[in-house]
Amino acid sequence: MKTLRELFDNLREFLVAVGAVTLFLLRMLAHVPRALTRPRLIIEQVYNSGALSLVIIMICGVFIGAVVGLQGYEVLQRFGAEESLGVGAAFALLKELGPVVTALLFAGRAGTALASEIGLMRATDQLSAMEMMAVDPVLRVAVPRFLGGLISLPLLAMIFIGIGLYGVQLVAVQQLGVEAASFWSQMRAAVSIDDVTDGVVKSCVFGLTCSLIAVYEGYTAIPTAEGVGRATTRTVVISAVLVLMLNYMLTAVMLR
Amino acid sequence: MRSTRTIEMSTGLFVLLGFASLFFLVTQITNRELSTDSKSYSVEARFENIGSLKVGAAVSMAGVTIGRVESIKLDQSAYKAVVQMKINTAYNQIPKDSDAAIMTSGLLGGQYIGITAGGAEEYLKNGDRIDLVQDALVLENLINQLVASFSNRSSDSGKSQQPAEESKK
Repeated sequence: MKTLRELFDNLREFLVAVGAVTLFLLRMLAHVPRALTRPRLIIEQVYNSGALSLVIIMICGVFIGAVVGLQGYEVLQRFGAEESLGVGAAFALLKELGPVVTALLFAGRAGTALASEIGLMRATDQLSAMEMMAVDPVLRVAVPRFLGGLISLPLLAMIFIGIGLYGVQLVAVQQLGVEAASFWSQMRAAVSIDDVTDGVVKSCVFGLTCSLIAVYEGYTAIPTAEGVGRATTRTVVISAVLVLMLNYMLTAVMLR
Repeated sequence: MRSTRTIEMSTGLFVLLGFASLFFLVTQITNRELSTDSKSYSVEARFENIGSLKVGAAVSMAGVTIGRVESIKLDQSAYKAVVQMKINTAYNQIPKDSDAAIMTSGLLGGQYIGITAGGAEEYLKNGDRIDLVQDALVLENLINQLVASFSNRSSDSGKSQQPAEESKK
């Protein structure tokens, strides 16, 4: 009986959380047109979550690409098809690794920063102070950060994929001696513009998810030092799980 | 807090880099469409068996890609595969009696249509049909033939081995 009630409570908590996040998203979307009249705030947030994540994205891109090159070569050379490495690596990076790894890194680098920043504003009553001054904190704080993340993540993913392909090329062509011409030409023959679009769509969805979770967790953080810490942790955990789940669903839809 | 100018500059750099990457991905690693509607003409060919030919496969002549497969349908009255190809108008001097064959690029590569020039004076136009065709090589059929010819040989093995040995010398 007790466990049943606990289960019921958990289920109710979950529904409440889903509903609250959705309402928060709608509230932010309603404010988007007004937020766009002050682009400086958004630019600042694109800088914070995008430009400052650039270095980590580029470094990780090279290494992910390099490891795809090594592993792909290892498998493909058994069939004497190491020239097809370009095709495999391009598909892997464009459709899966690029959007997903970028989103995970983004949640760790920018999502936590957003959540702890807004959480600390909540803990130090800055958000309440804004309300006292008749400044809507959703409009002034949440929406620019949300839009900044939404804009940054697809761009970061594209940079990640580009750099990743360079990493593949570095290992495959420079180090393992795959012929450069067939590496690129096979890739070019197999990849179509739809594959690039798939990657862009995925990273846009992940951008929305990650920045929504980060802003929501920060905004609703319990206003204590512990609460802010917990909000930051929850941001990473929930973002990572959601990104991987959504990735599966999107792939299933896109492969149909 | 850094000055707004630095922030704006690095944001601009970041956004430009992002769009440059997208541009690189779209232009450099995808196959550019050879033919748009205004600059290509379409030609049809009917095959008994197209193997695993796909829409978008290359149409090539002497190894040069001159077009793409536009659509593949089944003609239910003749039970043949009707393949529509779009060929770039730059290549408008292909003899009418050229033949189209479905070939495989490499061991694991995809299939494409190879066109070999004929000798006619007239050239292919929009809507024409290539009559001389060569079907895709289906590996199972090939193996069946091979097995059949081997079993024939083993029945009169003595005779058939002799010419093979002579040719080696």
